[in-house]
Amino acid sequence: MILESIFAGFGGQGVMLMGQLLAYSGMHEGKNVTYFPSYGPEMRGGTANCSVIVSDDPVGSPVISELGILVAMNRPSMEKFEAMLKPGGMLFYNSSLIDVKPKRTDIKAFAIPANDIAIELGNIRVANMVIMGAILKAAGVVKIDTVMKVLTETVLTGKKKDLVGINRTALEKGMELGA
Amino acid sequence: MAERVMMKGNEAIAEGAIRAGCRFFAGYPITPQNEVPEYMSRRMPEVGGTFIQAESEVSAINMVYGAAGAGARAMTSSSSPGVSLKMEGISYAAGSELPCVIVNVSRGGPGLGGLTPSQADYFQATKGGGHGDYRLVVFAPASVQEIIDLMYQAFVTADKYRTPAMILADGLLGQMMEPVTLPEDKDLQIPAKPWATTGMINGKPQSIINSLGLVGEELEKINVRLQKKYQEIAANEVRFAEEDVKDADLVIVAYGTSARVAKSAIDKARAEGKKVGLFRPITLWPFPSKPLSELAKSGKRFLTVEMSVGQMVEDVKLAVNGQAQVDSFGKLNGTIPSVNEVYDAIIKSFNSQGVA
Repeated sequence: MILESIFAGFGGQGVMLMGQLLAYSGMHEGKNVTYFPSYGPEMRGGTANCSVIVSDDPVGSPVISELGILVAMNRPSMEKFEAMLKPGGMLFYNSSLIDVKPKRTDIKAFAIPANDIAIELGNIRVANMVIMGAILKAAGVVKIDTVMKVLTETVLTGKKKDLVGINRTALEKGMELGA
Repeated sequence: MAERVMMKGNEAIAEGAIRAGCRFFAGYPITPQNEVPEYMSRRMPEVGGTFIQAESEVSAINMVYGAAGAGARAMTSSSSPGVSLKMEGISYAAGSELPCVIVNVSRGGPGLGGLTPSQADYFQATKGGGHGDYRLVVFAPASVQEIIDLMYQAFVTADKYRTPAMILADGLLGQMMEPVTLPEDKDLQIPAKPWATTGMINGKPQSIINSLGLVGEELEKINVRLQKKYQEIAANEVRFAEEDVKDADLVIVAYGTSARVAKSAIDKARAEGKKVGLFRPITLWPFPSKPLSELAKSGKRFLTVEMSVGQMVEDVKLAVNGQAQVDSFGKLNGTIPSVNEVYDAIIKSFNSQGVA
């Protein structure tokens, strides 16, 4: 098994965190993983993105060559990376903010109104977790319990402990949409 | 077994150095290595070491010169244009026989260049860069785990031979996160440094550290001694890794990030029955010339893959010395070669049999 993924969006939408959650979770489940963030001028405006590879075998190139999962949190991200998806690849896009449909017909596209769901849940900042939930369900690459373990041990510590519940709910909502 | 933790390459450079006994760090910010000083600034005080953000790269390397002269395991890190600035100090450290470690998380050049990963500093790292007949021991990690392991080797080798060592990584290795197993705390057994300038307390004789040899014959003596040391390093410290080389018709020679991409491309070619292998130099100096020469003798051909116009290819050609065909694939500064690009280069080289 090898799964290559790109998470992309505006700075602040939590795309780096999503990528890290997948990478950390993969590691905790005994897989080989690489995480590579964009770090150049794109960090200072425009789209931020990161590449994550989860694999049973040691990872060769940490640069994506067969894109299996694309997460697009905003329209520029979808326009930039959609063409890279391999046939049969999965696109998860934030349909709350992206008002166009994907061009490709040879991929599996999941329109997730992530911002709307997050606002309904009471915190727009969990929009990324809604999409993360959809990935967990559709791709099945790591388990929700592992993701929650990583979240509670590394991100939602101290004062942020109160946010564990809403993050789990967001993941579960997303899982319903990734079916 | 020790726990696996996720680490960024730059953090691994810093943590690897600390665990190797580095207790002095001076640096100046530059992308893509900024996490090295950032991590050091937090971590160094925890182990009783010294972190200094210097006012320039030149200042940082000279602070390292001073700390190394006082016997500390010392290092500095930067990226390509910043490492160019350090070259005078590196030459002085080599001439004064000071063990220290210089890290280059390289980016595209020449000049100010860009921020993206590059391997175009190969010549600078392995062929001098600074003035004079000196060599750096140059280690080229290809994973975050190997960064940790080689940081230790760099300090040990530097101390063993009283010579500066360099870690040549690139922006991708610096920025990438991978799981690593950190080494247990061990007795580092740092060798005694009676030559260090620590004062004449308790009857310790005077130590003088410089790289000056005003009288011609004196300078020659110094250089003869240095060259003898370099020969010893070349005989003892060569490191490389091989994969699928035994039955290969074509051997890809690549280091660092390029070797990672090449590995994926080789797997693809292998899946189609093409006998291709990977030879990965881990020390760029001393270069693994002998094993490459032996592979050439046994009838194998070569293709170098680099994130530069092709610099290491010159060392491969020197090693092969006309015994076999050596092709070169170079990706110019700016982007990392894709697996498919390298695969295409492999197929082209594979099919061009016999053109020496």
